[in-house]
Amino acid sequence: MATATNMESKITLLVCQGTGCVSSRSPEIREALEAAVEAHGLSDIVDVNFTGCHGFCEQGPLVVVEPEGIFYAHVKLEDAEEIVKEHLKEGNPVERLFYKDPMTEEAISYYRDIPFYKHQKRIVLRNCGHINPERIEEYLAVDGYKALEKALSEMTPDDVIEEVLRSGLRGRGGAGFPTGMKWRFCRQAKGDPKYLICNADEGDPGAFMDRSTLEGDPHGVLEGMVIAAYAIGASHGYIYVRAEYPLAVSRFRMAMESAKENNFLGDNILGTDFSFDIEVLEGAGAFVCGEETALMISLMGKRGIPRPRPPFPAVSGVWDKPTNINNVKSFASVPVIINRGAEWFSSIGSEKSKGTAVFALTGKIANSGLVEVPMGTPLREIIFNIGGGIPEHKKFKAVQTGGPSGGCLPGEKLDLPANYEALGEAGSIMGSGGMVVMDEDTCVVDIARYFLNFTQAESCGKCTPCRDGTRVMLELLTNITAGRGKEDDIETLKDLAIVIKDSSLCGLGQTAPNPVLTTIRYFRDEYETHIVEKRCPSRACMELVNYEIDGDECIGCTLCAKNCPVDAIAGERKEAHIISRDLCIKCGICHTVCPRKVQAVKKVDSFPQGGEGS
Amino acid sequence: MVNGSADEVDTFIRTLISYRSMDRTKTIEILQLVQHKYGYISRDIVSSISRHLRKPEIEIMGIATFYEQFRFNKPGDHTIKVCEGTACHVKGGAAIGQVLERELDVGHGETTKDGMFSLERVACLGCCALAPVLVMDENIHGQMDTSRLTKLLGKYKKGEVS
Ligand SMILES: Cc1cc2nc3c(=O)[nH]c(=O)nc-3n(C[C@H](O)[C@H](O)[C@H](O)COP(=O)(O)O)c2cc1C
Ligand code: FES
Repeated sequence: MATATNMESKITLLVCQGTGCVSSRSPEIREALEAAVEAHGLSDIVDVNFTGCHGFCEQGPLVVVEPEGIFYAHVKLEDAEEIVKEHLKEGNPVERLFYKDPMTEEAISYYRDIPFYKHQKRIVLRNCGHINPERIEEYLAVDGYKALEKALSEMTPDDVIEEVLRSGLRGRGGAGFPTGMKWRFCRQAKGDPKYLICNADEGDPGAFMDRSTLEGDPHGVLEGMVIAAYAIGASHGYIYVRAEYPLAVSRFRMAMESAKENNFLGDNILGTDFSFDIEVLEGAGAFVCGEETALMISLMGKRGIPRPRPPFPAVSGVWDKPTNINNVKSFASVPVIINRGAEWFSSIGSEKSKGTAVFALTGKIANSGLVEVPMGTPLREIIFNIGGGIPEHKKFKAVQTGGPSGGCLPGEKLDLPANYEALGEAGSIMGSGGMVVMDEDTCVVDIARYFLNFTQAESCGKCTPCRDGTRVMLELLTNITAGRGKEDDIETLKDLAIVIKDSSLCGLGQTAPNPVLTTIRYFRDEYETHIVEKRCPSRACMELVNYEIDGDECIGCTLCAKNCPVDAIAGERKEAHIISRDLCIKCGICHTVCPRKVQAVKKVDSFPQGGEGS
Repeated sequence: MVNGSADEVDTFIRTLISYRSMDRTKTIEILQLVQHKYGYISRDIVSSISRHLRKPEIEIMGIATFYEQFRFNKPGDHTIKVCEGTACHVKGGAAIGQVLERELDVGHGETTKDGMFSLERVACLGCCALAPVLVMDENIHGQMDTSRLTKLLGKYKKGEVS
C-alpha cells in the first residue's frame, strides 16, 4: 500500500483525465506539472498523479492538490508553472484559478466547500476523481476487493443474494427491478453454464454516468461483477460497452489484467474453486441494443433485434442459457453493500427507492456534471443547490429525465422527490440518470420532436406500432414546429401515443411517446401557439424565427456582414446593417459574432410585431 | 488507415479469422476490426468475410447496415463527427450540423468531393458538460458555436492543421 503512505507524507497533484478534461488537453497539463515540479526541485515531496472523471467536467481541466484539498478549475497549460512555483514552493495558492460560485461569484478554494460536491452523497462514484483508475494499488488502498474477499470467505452465494435483496438495491439501468431478486431467479434457474452481463451501452443520448464510472473506477464495477458471478454461479461474463467510449474500454481492460494478476479474476479466484472470466465487447452504435434481449442477440453477432419476454434472460439468455444482466451502476453499488451491510445501504434513500441515484446534469445549467444524491432528493435541490441554477439569469422551464423514454417536467413539479415512484406518477421515469435542464429559450415542442426523431431512427423495425407509429408522430411534430400544424394534431398525437405504448414489442416503443405525452400534458399552450399562431415563443424552431438587426443599436462594426456565409447582410462601416430575409438561411452566425456589448442582432419570432428582442 | 487491393483485403481477413479463431458469432467484431484498418466496409470486404465465415453476403450486409458505426464509402482525410445528443441539441447543436452540411456541401455519412472531409453524426460522445460538441478526427472540440466552427474549418482548409 505504498500509495497510502505516500499520500500522507507527500503532496499530490491530481490531474483529472476523464474524457471531458482530456479533450481540453489535461494530459499535457500533467506533463507540464511534472516538468515544473522537477525544475523546482520538488520531486521528493510532490507527486503528480491522475484520476478519472470528477464529474465536474464543465469546470475542466481540473487539478486537485491533496492532502490540502485545494481545487483548481479551468487550468491551462501555462498555469502549471504558477501552480508549482506560487503554491507548492511559496505556499500561496493561486486564487485566480479557484472555482467561482456562479450564484455568489465567491471564489472557493477547497474541494469540500464547493456546493456542487457538498450536497452530494457519493456511493457509486466513491472513488471517481480520488484514485488513479489505472493502478490497482490505489483501489486496494481504499478497501478495494475487500468485499470480494469477504463474500468468498465468509458468505455462501445465497448469503450474498440475501444481503443484496435486503439492501433494497434496484437496477440502475432504468426499470428499477430489485437486483437481489433477479440474481435469485438466475441462481435457481436450471442450465449450465450461466452467464453474467454488464450493460455499459449507455444509450441515452446526453448522459455519461456509466462512462465516468468505468473511466474513474473500473475496479469498482469489476469487483461488483465478480461478486455477482459468485452469487448466481456464472463462469463467464461479458461487458458490452458503447462504441463511443474508447477510454472506458481501455481502462476496463487494464483493470481486468491487473485483477487477474492479483487473482481477483480468472481461475480459482483467491484460492477458491470459483472461476470467472470476462470478455469485453464493443457495441456498434444501435440504441436498441441497450435493451437486454437485443443486447444478447447482438452479443451473439447478429442484428440486435429484441424478442418478446418471457422467457426472461434469467431463464434463457445468451446461448439460451440462464443469464443475469445489470447496469454498470448496479454492479458498482455491490461492493459497498457487502462491505458496509444491507442496513447501512437501505438507511439511505426513500421508502421504496434505496441508496443513491446518479444523474448526468446537463443542458441550461450552471454546474453541468455528475451528481450523486440519496434517492428521493427533490429535483429542486439537484438543479438549484447542486446544479447552481440556470445561467445568465434565465427562467427555468422544464427538466427532462430518462432520455428518450422519459418525460419533461415543469416548474410546479420541482419539489417532487427524484425516485422511481414519484417520477413515474408524473409521467416521466428515473431512467438510467440523464437529466437535461431547459430554460425559457428551449422549445418543448422541438424537444419532443427531437426525441421522436431519435426513437424513430433507432426503432429496429420489427414491430409495426413502433416502426410506423413513431414515424407518423414525427411527421406531425415536424409539421407543428415548421408552422404547418393543424388544430386536431394534438389529439391525433395523443391517440397514436396510447396505441404505440400499449402495443409495441419492447421498451423502446413502449416508452417512445413519453416525451410527447408529458410535453402535451404540461405545456399544451406551447403546442397551441405553434399550431394556431404559427409562432415559436422560445424562438428555437428554426423555421419560425428570423434574424433582424436593430438599427439603433448596431454600431456598424461589419463583423456580421463579414461572417455571413451567404452575403445576406448589407451596410457600410459605422452605419446600421440590415439582413435580407430572402437571402438569410438562419444559421445564426451573425447572432453569435455580434459583440456582447452591442447585441444588435436579434432573434425574433416570425411576426414582426412579436419581435420584442431577446 | 490503408487502401488494400481485393487480394490484400482477403489475406487480412483470412488471417484475422483463423488467427483469432473467430466464427460467425464474431461477425460484428470482425467488421469493426476490418473497418478500423481500411476505414470503411467495401464490397470486397463483404464478400471476403462472407467466404471465410461461410455466411451469405446478404447476412453480412444485413448486420453491417443495422449498426450506425459502419460506413460503406471511403472516408475523407478528416472525419468530422457532430454530436446530436440531447445536451448538445439543447445548447444549439443543430445549427452546427446545418452549417457543416452547407459549408461542405455534403450530407451525413458522405465525403466532400475533394475527399478532404467526411461528415458523421453521433448520438452523444459522453462529454455533454462541454456541449455542443464536435469531434475532428480524434480531437474533441467543446462549446462550439457556428462562428468558431467556420474558423476551425478554415484552418483545416488552409492546411494549417493536418
Ligand atoms: C430501448 C431500451 C434501451 C435501454 N438502454 C439501456 C442502457 O443503455 N443501459 C442499461 O443499463 N439499460 C438499458 N436498458 C434496460 C435494460 O433492458 C435492462 O433492463 C437493464 O440493463 C437491467 O439492468 P439493471 O437491472 O441493473 O437495471 C434499456 C431498455 C430499453 C427498452
Ligand atoms: S449530448 Fe453531446 S456529448 Fe452528450
